[in-house]
Amino acid sequence: MPLLSLQGVSRDFDVSRPWLNRVLEHEPRRLLRAVDHVSLDIEKGETVGLVGESGCGKSTVARLIVGLYAPSEGRVEFRGRRLQMIFQDPYASLNPRWRVRDIVAEPIRFLGTAGKVQELLAQVGLSADDGDKYPHEFSGGQRQRISIARALAGEPDFLVCDEPTSALDVSVQAQILNLMSELQRRLGLTYLFISHNLAVVSQVADRVGVMYLGRIVELAPAAQLFSRPRHPYTRMLLDAVPDLAMSGRPRTPVRGEVPNPLAPPAGCTFHPRCPHADDRCRREVPAFSDGVACHAVAEGRIATAIEAARLE
Amino acid sequence: MTLEVRDLRVEFPTRRGTLTALDGISIAIAPGEVLGVVGESGAGKSITGLAIIGLLEPPGRIAAGEVRLEGQRIDNLPPGEMRKLRGRKIGVIFQDPLTSLNPLYTIGRQLEETIVAHLPMAKRAARDRALALLGEVGIPAPAARYRHYPHQFSGGMRQRVVIALALAAEPRLLIADEPTTALDVSIQAQIIALLKRLAAERGAAVMLITHDMGVIAETAHRVAVMYAGRIVEVGGVREVIHAPKHPYTVGLMGSIPRIAAKRSRLVQIDGAMPRLNAIPPGCAFHPRCTRRFERCLHERPDLLPAGASRAACWLHAAA
Repeated sequence: MPLLSLQGVSRDFDVSRPWLNRVLEHEPRRLLRAVDHVSLDIEKGETVGLVGESGCGKSTVARLIVGLYAPSEGRVEFRGRRLQMIFQDPYASLNPRWRVRDIVAEPIRFLGTAGKVQELLAQVGLSADDGDKYPHEFSGGQRQRISIARALAGEPDFLVCDEPTSALDVSVQAQILNLMSELQRRLGLTYLFISHNLAVVSQVADRVGVMYLGRIVELAPAAQLFSRPRHPYTRMLLDAVPDLAMSGRPRTPVRGEVPNPLAPPAGCTFHPRCPHADDRCRREVPAFSDGVACHAVAEGRIATAIEAARLE
Repeated sequence: MTLEVRDLRVEFPTRRGTLTALDGISIAIAPGEVLGVVGESGAGKSITGLAIIGLLEPPGRIAAGEVRLEGQRIDNLPPGEMRKLRGRKIGVIFQDPLTSLNPLYTIGRQLEETIVAHLPMAKRAARDRALALLGEVGIPAPAARYRHYPHQFSGGMRQRVVIALALAAEPRLLIADEPTTALDVSIQAQIIALLKRLAAERGAAVMLITHDMGVIAETAHRVAVMYAGRIVEVGGVREVIHAPKHPYTVGLMGSIPRIAAKRSRLVQIDGAMPRLNAIPPGCAFHPRCTRRFERCLHERPDLLPAGASRAACWLHAAA
């Protein structure tokens, strides 16, 4: 039994104009589908990464899982003890008027917390004296440690991390990523790790889902996804990542932009940017099967073997 | 050299004493060359850019050193002269395209105004040039987009408009401060390719300020790595990325996660960059450095030859 499963989860947001405008100008209601039939199982102890560009719905998935949004369709099933969330911005997610001690103790304030806070702070590499300070006395990296300590207070077994290192400098990011993997090993945590940064996800994730306009278009073990991407969008994303090794490997230039989610293209929503699109792609939404949602892959029109050779 | 900065020192006088934001910064950029300036937040890379273009926020001021553009000294120009120079000889691109564009004017009007202000051109000709520029930076259907307002463009398209604005008067120097940081990777790749191509075609010198080593690797010819207000390493992009010489650069490169090579643990530099009011004596990096020795605690190293690069580290002092 997976620890968490999403079954055909969708979420709509009402972005209609005000009632009076709608009535006077005969406008219909407008719904924006931020997440569209996402199904995903997460097993105990693993880290699932979710990548995609802004507006692809990855943060909405995080909020659906922790219950900050209710799904418009589908079910979210959690079979663990408790889940917690770590947010991107450690400046916005800590109350500036509270001492660190109180911030960390907030989730367990009815349980008698005296000794526990020190232990939690030690666990994330902060000292016991830090509990008396206020958030502004800390750097971004230390604040993110405080957020992690707070998230761990209720002894969760599942953590949803929404871009936890995106606001941090790279050297500090390395500290936080190392800390998170240590905690996972020590406490047997399960992570959903959301990021726009493919390299960060490749560092932490066991399996990776790629989202585009509200749908998961590819889901595969990390090693496989990054060495043999199958969906054309995954390939495009990987080709867009700056080549730090300066290997000069051949890459296809990126085309176009993410379309307006209020008026997504018919058929496969990626077809306007896809080099392999044909008539069927323009008409018919590809079903997600065998780890990928793409007509061209299903029909064998994309030669994965050749591509794999090229990448290695 | 298009740009020459020599021993630049920027100070911020405060009630509790003077803070030194930049110290001993020397930079030279040749026509057609892209110099990457990289560092973590607070290293002073943006201040360097602002000091060069004369836009330091008061009370910040240039306390020592000089800035030369095509041989002419520009750090002591009166504000009016400097304003004419910006836009004409120096183009600037900031991180957030919305702050560089006026939301109340169409992008066409903004481009036209910039061109007429800096080049001896009639309105008609300016319009043609503006349209050509929009095409060149990859805006589809420029004629139709000409009358649109900034809010009608996506983030990537807006940044293209800003690049068109920066290039409108054929500047000799282009300063791009985190030009792709607010953009998605797929858009970032397009903008990087565009900047590279336009700078090369026009023979402009480019100073590319970013925290992202990947962007540097793709774009720059040479790199200057900054730490706590100083340049700690400078060299060719390949040398700095593949064979970093300063312990800080070594740590920085090791801490970047890479897709091809997953490691069980990233290299981590413990601690954080010091604040300006608490820069340690000696080498500013010594409290975090695993290879420090006695000399590092007391004496501040200048840039010393280290292989093909130069690094401000006593490890490279001739014995």
